[in-house]
Amino acid sequence: MATVDLQQQHNNLINFLYEEGFLDEQYTQLEQLQDESSPRFVEEVLSLFFDDSLKLLHNIETTLNKEPVDYRKLDAHLHHFKGSSSSVGAQRVKNVCITFRAFCQEKKKNGCLQCLQQVKQEYYLLKNKFEDLFQIERQILRAGGTIGGTN
Amino acid sequence: MDLCNCIDPPWSADDLLMKYQYISDFFIALAYFSIPLELIYFVKKSAVFPYRWVLVQFGAFIVLCGATHLINLWTFSMHSKTVAVVMTIAKVCTAVVSCATALMLVHIIPDLLSVKTRELFLKNKAAELDREMGIIRTQEETGRHVRMLTHEIRSTLDRHTILNTTLVELGRTLALEECALWMPTRTGLELQLSHVLCHQNHVPYTVTIKHPNVNQVFSTNRAIGIPPTSPIAMIRPRSGKIMTGDVVAVRVPLLHLSNFHMNDWPEPSKRQYALMVLMLPSDSARRWHLHELELVEVVADQVAVALSHAAILEESMRARDLLMEQNVALDLARQEAETAIRARNDFLAVMNHEMRTPMHAIIALSSLLQETDLTPEQRSMVETILKSSNLLATLMNDVLDLSRLEDGSLELNIRKFNLLAMFREVHNLVKPIASVKRLSVSMTLAPDLPQYAVGDDKRLMQIVLNVVGNAVKFSREGSILVTAQLERPEALRDSRVPDFYPVQGDFHFYLRVQVKDSGLGINPQDIPKLFNKFVQSDVMTTRNYGGTGLGLAICKRFVNLMEGHIWLESEGLGKGSTAIFIVKLGIPDPRNELDHQIAFPIQSNSNHTDFSGLKVLVTDDNGVNRMVTRGLLARLGCDVTVVSSGRECLQAISQAGQNFKVLFLDVCMPEMDGFAVAAHIQEMIPHQHERPLLVALTGSTDKATRENCFKVGMDDVLLKPVALEKMRSVLAKLLEHGSQCKSR
Repeated sequence: MATVDLQQQHNNLINFLYEEGFLDEQYTQLEQLQDESSPRFVEEVLSLFFDDSLKLLHNIETTLNKEPVDYRKLDAHLHHFKGSSSSVGAQRVKNVCITFRAFCQEKKKNGCLQCLQQVKQEYYLLKNKFEDLFQIERQILRAGGTIGGTN
Repeated sequence: MDLCNCIDPPWSADDLLMKYQYISDFFIALAYFSIPLELIYFVKKSAVFPYRWVLVQFGAFIVLCGATHLINLWTFSMHSKTVAVVMTIAKVCTAVVSCATALMLVHIIPDLLSVKTRELFLKNKAAELDREMGIIRTQEETGRHVRMLTHEIRSTLDRHTILNTTLVELGRTLALEECALWMPTRTGLELQLSHVLCHQNHVPYTVTIKHPNVNQVFSTNRAIGIPPTSPIAMIRPRSGKIMTGDVVAVRVPLLHLSNFHMNDWPEPSKRQYALMVLMLPSDSARRWHLHELELVEVVADQVAVALSHAAILEESMRARDLLMEQNVALDLARQEAETAIRARNDFLAVMNHEMRTPMHAIIALSSLLQETDLTPEQRSMVETILKSSNLLATLMNDVLDLSRLEDGSLELNIRKFNLLAMFREVHNLVKPIASVKRLSVSMTLAPDLPQYAVGDDKRLMQIVLNVVGNAVKFSREGSILVTAQLERPEALRDSRVPDFYPVQGDFHFYLRVQVKDSGLGINPQDIPKLFNKFVQSDVMTTRNYGGTGLGLAICKRFVNLMEGHIWLESEGLGKGSTAIFIVKLGIPDPRNELDHQIAFPIQSNSNHTDFSGLKVLVTDDNGVNRMVTRGLLARLGCDVTVVSSGRECLQAISQAGQNFKVLFLDVCMPEMDGFAVAAHIQEMIPHQHERPLLVALTGSTDKATRENCFKVGMDDVLLKPVALEKMRSVLAKLLEHGSQCKSR
């Protein structure tokens, strides 16, 4: 019984994330790669992403705050960030990265700062949501169900 | 006797007489000598005269007679003894020969006379033969005419031409005065004058078929004479005395197309005949001869055949026209159907996205709203919203599913799942609803059911839920029994399901699920219709119980996709019903169950190319990307190694004993990018067949980037992020293409 509830919650959350544009089809691909041999694949990838992105954000902030701003380095960081976010399907983060990069190429510091705030916001939002999601998943597994079960 | 007269009278009367005798004897002798000469001359001329010996005799006789008379000349005066002797000899000879000749003639003259009679006889014979020759010639000519007529008739397929030609030719050949054809009317009870040779009148004469003359003609296939006063011979309007020559009539069988379909010829009574009437000229004394009658019969038969050909042709032309019309109509219908399908597909495409998106948003947000603090009214409102939108979403999904099922575009998601857990879930889902209706749901799972199975668990659950849901919906009280068991194929060869041929095998089993309820029951007549779309048992059911009527239709299609069978049984209204379905599920690979530590899962149901063991090397500086790409390739069964820079990649390649088949190179890397790596590899391993396949990974959609990749020697370019299917197809293509390259 509990499993059903939890799974319902899980599905609702996932649907919500899709609808709100937090996630795109790439996330579905990731889900497909998860099976009995790598049951926590998605969680592992996303954890890596969050850790990696945290470091990256830190680096970006440092680069922006230094005078003069090394835009080439910034672009490299952003390229990295964009790549990672698109690999995991973090759509909103990726989109902000693209905007951020545009500002970076035009060397508009204000735009960059604005984007930095935005991307940090998106990052934390997504991270929180996924923390909830992973918690539900762990609960489901403890209760003996399977993730991606029935609707 | 000669008188020895010694006196020499000087021309006395006696002398005169003697002189006359002298002269006569002389002439007689002359004639007597000339006749044989003539005879000889003429006989020599004619070669055929058979009686030469007789002639010789005759000739001898005449010559001797002549000689006698000649010698007589000397006896008128004084003559010596020698003359007398000669005379005597001559006379004796003459006597002998003439007697012989007389005797001979007795034999010969009857012969000669009979020659004459024979000549007469032969002349008569010759005259007779001449006559007969004449007859044969005329017969042959009529035969020729018949052949020509037949040829004419058969060379045309137009009914009227056939008949007209017949009449014309017959009239000419037999020199008829009148020739006519009577055809049966539509009713078949009368004969109508349809074709006439000479006298064209436009008043249609009819004769009833029951007329004795008509019966007479129809009863035999010979041509028979009929009296000129018979109505069928009254072709012309009466004009004074009826003086027509002999009239003959013959039947012409009309063969219909249907006649050729039967195995044996139809009875004569069913046949229809036409009647042909032929009249000889009234002013000649001709009578119908046998050969002419035969000719008429032959012609009648030929006409029958020609007419039947014409009839067949008419029918086939008509059939062909009909077919062409139908073809045109079918084409139109097909075009309309295609338009309709296109319209439906367009509609579906729209519905798929446009309607689902807001629907999901509504559902998601309503459920989130439910989680927040609400007043009871608000809560009940939200619940209603949720329920309605769920219903709507289900309906949309159902319809879309059904359309996709019918299109054949729906595919099952085959994977390993926990069969027992699925049943437990169903039970858990149904119990609360059933208990509200005070129905008890009991689930019995056979002990030999495997725990894990391979199949589309989502859809299987949908089927079970639907069936159980129906049972709950249509029961007011009582209990619902659900049983699930393994089905043996022998038990499956059921007479009730004749189209279902289950096959025994090592890798699959058949699951049988039975749901028995004590509800409304179904009228046995309605059972076949229940699986049709949008059909429920009756209107009242829909009103009372709601639902779309799609559930069973979808279930049936899913069951069919799973190579199974679903059916309903009921003893009648009020006696409850049982729904049974059998589906085919796979037996999971035991290896997957045991070892969860296998890093590279071997797929138990590989549906496309198997890349298991394929050694690949992934070079990417982005850790997340590395992990994702590795997971992707591992999923496809490859043996994946990852490195994080171009330098490490080259190191790995230059190691002895490396056997990477495919290299995935991220294009944008610091220090050494994908291009440089590719260039190095080209230098290191110049021979293409020893080189691994190079695939570039890039996030840029730039055409220039793509071109540069190929320029530097990449075998393919992939756009990040890569989907599983795309990776699979690219690998498959590369391996195929690669092997083609290497084989050159």
